[in-house]
Amino acid sequence: MTRAYRKGKYALRLLVVVSVLMTTVAVTAQEPIRIAIVAPSSIRDLSWSQSIHASLQELQEEMGGESVLQIAYSEAMSSVSAASETLRGYAEDGFDIIIAHGTQYGTSIFDMAHEFPDTSFAWGTATETGAERGIGNVYAYQAAAEEGGYVNGVMAALLTESNVIGAIGPIPAGDVRLYISGFTQGVKSTNPEAEVLVVYVGSFSDIAAGTTNGRTLLAAGADVLTGTSQVVVGAIEAVRSAGGFWFSTQSDQGDVWPGTVVSSQVYNWVPMLRDIVERHQDGEYGGIAYKLTLANEGLRIAFGSVDISSELLMAAGQAVEDIIAGKIEFST
Amino acid sequence: MDERTLLDVLVAASALTMVSAMPFLYSALGEVFSQLSGVFNLGVEGIMLVGAFSSIYVASDMGLDAGLLAGVLAGMVTGALLGLVMAFVSVTMQADQGISGIGITLLGRGLSTTLFILLADGVLLVESFQPIRIPLLSDLPVVGDILFNQNIMVYGALLLVPVTAWLLRRTTWGLQIRAVGQNPAAADAMGVNVEQVRYSAVVLGGTMAGLAGASMPLALTNVFQVNMTAGLGFIAVAMVYFGGWSPWRVMFGSLLFSAAYNLQIWVQVLDVKLFGETIPVNILLMMPYVLAIIVLVFARDMQRFRPQAMNRPFRRGD
Repeated sequence: MTRAYRKGKYALRLLVVVSVLMTTVAVTAQEPIRIAIVAPSSIRDLSWSQSIHASLQELQEEMGGESVLQIAYSEAMSSVSAASETLRGYAEDGFDIIIAHGTQYGTSIFDMAHEFPDTSFAWGTATETGAERGIGNVYAYQAAAEEGGYVNGVMAALLTESNVIGAIGPIPAGDVRLYISGFTQGVKSTNPEAEVLVVYVGSFSDIAAGTTNGRTLLAAGADVLTGTSQVVVGAIEAVRSAGGFWFSTQSDQGDVWPGTVVSSQVYNWVPMLRDIVERHQDGEYGGIAYKLTLANEGLRIAFGSVDISSELLMAAGQAVEDIIAGKIEFST
Repeated sequence: MDERTLLDVLVAASALTMVSAMPFLYSALGEVFSQLSGVFNLGVEGIMLVGAFSSIYVASDMGLDAGLLAGVLAGMVTGALLGLVMAFVSVTMQADQGISGIGITLLGRGLSTTLFILLADGVLLVESFQPIRIPLLSDLPVVGDILFNQNIMVYGALLLVPVTAWLLRRTTWGLQIRAVGQNPAAADAMGVNVEQVRYSAVVLGGTMAGLAGASMPLALTNVFQVNMTAGLGFIAVAMVYFGGWSPWRVMFGSLLFSAAYNLQIWVQVLDVKLFGETIPVNILLMMPYVLAIIVLVFARDMQRFRPQAMNRPFRRGD
């Protein structure tokens, strides 16, 4: 081996080491993405707020942990004015992406978005990004709740023995209305004889009232129930005590009530959040209205531990296929 | 749905009304003691939340697994402790009672949420008190199911109404409570220890608010959620005004409000039509509150029962 060859070899090694070191320095020097969520209920509500927080945690793990993606959250922000102050606080603190996880926060987002042009804002359930008003850093998002509602409804129609099915919602609006409408359509498409009794609690947090609504539906003869939002947890307990079945939405509730929850429509926000992060890194801060669907895997059906027939499973699978193929026309 | 008579619906709604009214009864009766002594405790909501969390955490096998009775006791003890804090702030420190109460509510809300996150990891379930059929009486038509097939905490709440009335009207301590609430200077001149009486009334009120909180997961919902009282504690305070500081009228108000709510659920279930149209659900959901406002307007005469020294700290010599 000649001296010149050895020198060249050392030089090459040195170059590699320096390159690696420079890359490492470049990587470590990159600031982590900071995301803040403001949620109307607890992130342990087993429904709406938990779904986005869980998705964000999943994305954090996927991207490499806290050194790459940092999460801050403010929960149970039922007061819109307090939420507005909190959102502004996160923006002033330099958070990269701020998620206002409630339709009621829309005005606050649009009021402050132009003051923080390098911050990406996202809000939902919503479809408006403000682009027509010249706002370029707001994303909107919604879930096609009627799709999973339909699938759950198909199964509920096959499962009921009394032909009476109950549905509970907090208020007749937005995501709630979509889900219950899709659920009712699913029931009627499978078992026109079955009756769907719909009640609204009038609150997102009054679980005592949610419980009495559930008990009333049971007293009215319902043996299979569904419901949306965090207000239904007491109603699920009432159904469990009565030996009935429950269909969930927003988060997977099958782990908590394994013998009662037949299936859950789970909101998977990960693909949407990943896209927002990637766009932010590329210098794009808003302008897209996202919609979670079964086709884009933003929605998925998770089964609990209830022993269900193959007929039920096949019907659910067929309903999912039909929705993805665009064969079902929703009346919402 | 199978054919039901109006009577079936009324019985079912009334039976649920008794359970729905239970937390109102415990908390509002406790507030009667507090307000009659001259202390307006607006912290009932927060005390209920802490009572709800502590009771289910102690009772549930996901928590300390000490059983339902231990859970009830935990709710009462935590309620008494927060009542003691309220008494110290408003009686000893003579702080503004309204602001102190809001402070207690915020403290209770924060404390119950933090403890739930730290200790329970998001889920707390419990197998709650089951209905107890009273022999013979539960077989009576109509009233049997409504009154005599309830769980022990419902019976307890109903029993507390005559007990509270008796304590306030027929005992020396009750007389002292009313005296320090009406004219603390006169009571003081008669040798009554105003501070001590107010302390006892506020701590008892806190204990009953804690019991009200405990009754929610242990006798109704089987589960705890952050902020699960959802303003129920504030409604309970309003019930005391509604009832003119009388335990019997407070019971009437609690039952009326709960009955209105439970009946509107049945109106939704049966899709009752008005002039051939479905009644908008938002109108139905407003009914209990509209009813409460109407009754309050007609019951404005109740203000004559208002404790004259309520909201006013007592300073000897003033």
